[in-house]
Amino acid sequence: MKKLGKVISALMASVLVASALVGCTDAASTETSDSQAQTQPAQETESSSDNGATFKIGAIGPLTGGAAAYGNAVCNAAELAVEDINAAGGINGYQVEYSKEDDELNAEKSVNAYNTLKDWGMQILVGSTTSACSIAVSEYTKADNMFQLTPSGSAVDCVKYDNVFRVCFSDPNQGIASAQYISDHNLATKVGIIYDSSDVYSTGIYQKFVDESAGKNYEIVSQEAFTADNATDFSVQLQKAKDAGADLVFLPIYYQAASLILTQANTMGYAPTFFGVDGMDGILTVENFDTKLAEGVMLLTPFAADATDDLTVNFVKKYEEKYGETPNQFAADAYDAVFIIKQAIEAKNATPDMSISDLGDALKGAMTEIEASGLTSSKMTWDASGEPNKEPKAVVIKDGAYVSAE
Amino acid sequence: MSFLTYLINGLSLGSIYAIIALGYTMVYGIAKMLNFAHGDFIMVGCYIIFSVSAALGGNSVVGIILAVILCTLLGITTEFVAYRPLRGAASPLAVLITAIGVSYFLENVALLIFGADIKSFTSVIKWEGLSFAGGQLRIQGVTVVTIAVSVVILIALQLFINKTKQGQAMLAVAEDKGAATLMGINVNKTIMLTFAIGSSLAAVAGALLCSAYPSLSPYTGAMPGIKAFVAAVLGGIGSIPGAMIGGLVLGIVEILSKTYISSQLSDAIVFGILVVVLLVKPTGILGKVIQEKV
Repeated sequence: MKKLGKVISALMASVLVASALVGCTDAASTETSDSQAQTQPAQETESSSDNGATFKIGAIGPLTGGAAAYGNAVCNAAELAVEDINAAGGINGYQVEYSKEDDELNAEKSVNAYNTLKDWGMQILVGSTTSACSIAVSEYTKADNMFQLTPSGSAVDCVKYDNVFRVCFSDPNQGIASAQYISDHNLATKVGIIYDSSDVYSTGIYQKFVDESAGKNYEIVSQEAFTADNATDFSVQLQKAKDAGADLVFLPIYYQAASLILTQANTMGYAPTFFGVDGMDGILTVENFDTKLAEGVMLLTPFAADATDDLTVNFVKKYEEKYGETPNQFAADAYDAVFIIKQAIEAKNATPDMSISDLGDALKGAMTEIEASGLTSSKMTWDASGEPNKEPKAVVIKDGAYVSAE
Repeated sequence: MSFLTYLINGLSLGSIYAIIALGYTMVYGIAKMLNFAHGDFIMVGCYIIFSVSAALGGNSVVGIILAVILCTLLGITTEFVAYRPLRGAASPLAVLITAIGVSYFLENVALLIFGADIKSFTSVIKWEGLSFAGGQLRIQGVTVVTIAVSVVILIALQLFINKTKQGQAMLAVAEDKGAATLMGINVNKTIMLTFAIGSSLAAVAGALLCSAYPSLSPYTGAMPGIKAFVAAVLGGIGSIPGAMIGGLVLGIVEILSKTYISSQLSDAIVFGILVVVLLVKPTGILGKVIQEKV
């Protein structure tokens, strides 16, 4: 058990260190966007006085500290979306005011941030960015019946209340999305799976994948597990997939183990398509890793910054101009979130003078009726559970970079 | 054919356990203490090779030599600073707990210096390996080298212990420290030499471990270290040929149980076998019962 704890703490520490590095480079852009955020509402208050009222949308995320890269992506993109909406005439003619608060990746601070935003007059919440914070805040939005849309909270419990919806897939639903993607794109006839049986994230995706695979145009020929204590030798798991003739190996695991799997598959001369989920994101950052080994690896992700459709091209261009960096999937989810809220408000002809609770009821109803389109999918619908239903997207690694698989 | 492939994979994993177990059992056999930091000496060796190779543009020979030297120094220093002062302590537990402390200390220092992100290790063995039956059956170069190196180390250690003066001194210290002192043997020097040899073996084991499984992190040595300890106990702790046999058996059992029983249960089976062996033969496969004379 001691060793399992070690591996988990290693994983967590690696996430912390990795995001801390990103966080450092982000500091400058955070300051500029902060000052913009401060000047922005002032201007909007003037313009809004023309037609009387404004919608007030707030966003919460870790803007400083270890996960600042995620929080800044969400808050920047939400800000960009609000600006775009205001420039195009607002929602139902009402302008939108926007404010954001830092939660430092801490659930209690996320609740404080929520209260600060409520004092400011927030009616609708985009956030929180991360799962644990989002769950903590949902206890309070539930009590206030405020409409909450988390762009990126992927834990199952994030949407346990009826007033909370999400844009991204939940962790286990990535298994369903992967199965659909593999089937829709005819990627394989025989599929092998290697998963981490000591990890909730991995087993959750694995089970959903297996359930969803029933009746698809491929068959699962091998299902092999490993544990955190046993994550060095994958020869057996790979050999079994190879002997069973798997032409695609599904890896619902983190990239650390995946890098060893890719190396060992190469040594034994086995070259199926490897298909990962968001845990695979990071494989190209492993120091001294021969990225040639990752050539052709596919991974499920809602957003590829190099996609060539007009919406993505415009978004990436504007985001890069304003914040000086390429937007990631968190940014895309948040940008979509604000436009989804706009569409939901329009569907119910809601107005800013409605109470928070009335607005919450209206938007809850609207969410199950609308069909949204955005950066992360051209067609998104929701059921009352809060889970999105949308077409999965994937990227493939080519020449050491992510390229849209479409 | 596929059985042979799995057997070779087991041999490959077992040879790694064996070479780590040699260092473990050497130190236990002579100094009668479990150096739980042995796995972390391996990790230190790996980082030295990794850093030196990166600095020299891929030349690993200098890295390995430097790793052996620095790990030897690390072993001597650790023994001098952390273990020697406790050797006379009332409870043998004191030094065991200290060893666990050293293990965590080394892991955390590595975390500070190198960070938690894994690094991909470039194999020091460039040879592709052997291929039989038209490429159906392949034995990796690193497996062949690991087995060869373990056998060489095994023979060298046996010769050293049985044929040299220092080796005889080690045996004497192993049997009775007090009596050895009375015979004019410098116990401290002998134990220091034991640690020096054990730690240099850790550097060699590190080079081979990371060549076979090229993922380097501050926790690289931890789990293989524990498994190698199990291998040493299985073979009979303190027995050098026993460590070799224990390592190979452990590797083969682990791979075959993953293959034919369950990939989730392999660790449970491996440790279950350990329990059974110890129940039937408490000294391990090759362990000897030493009669305490009153």
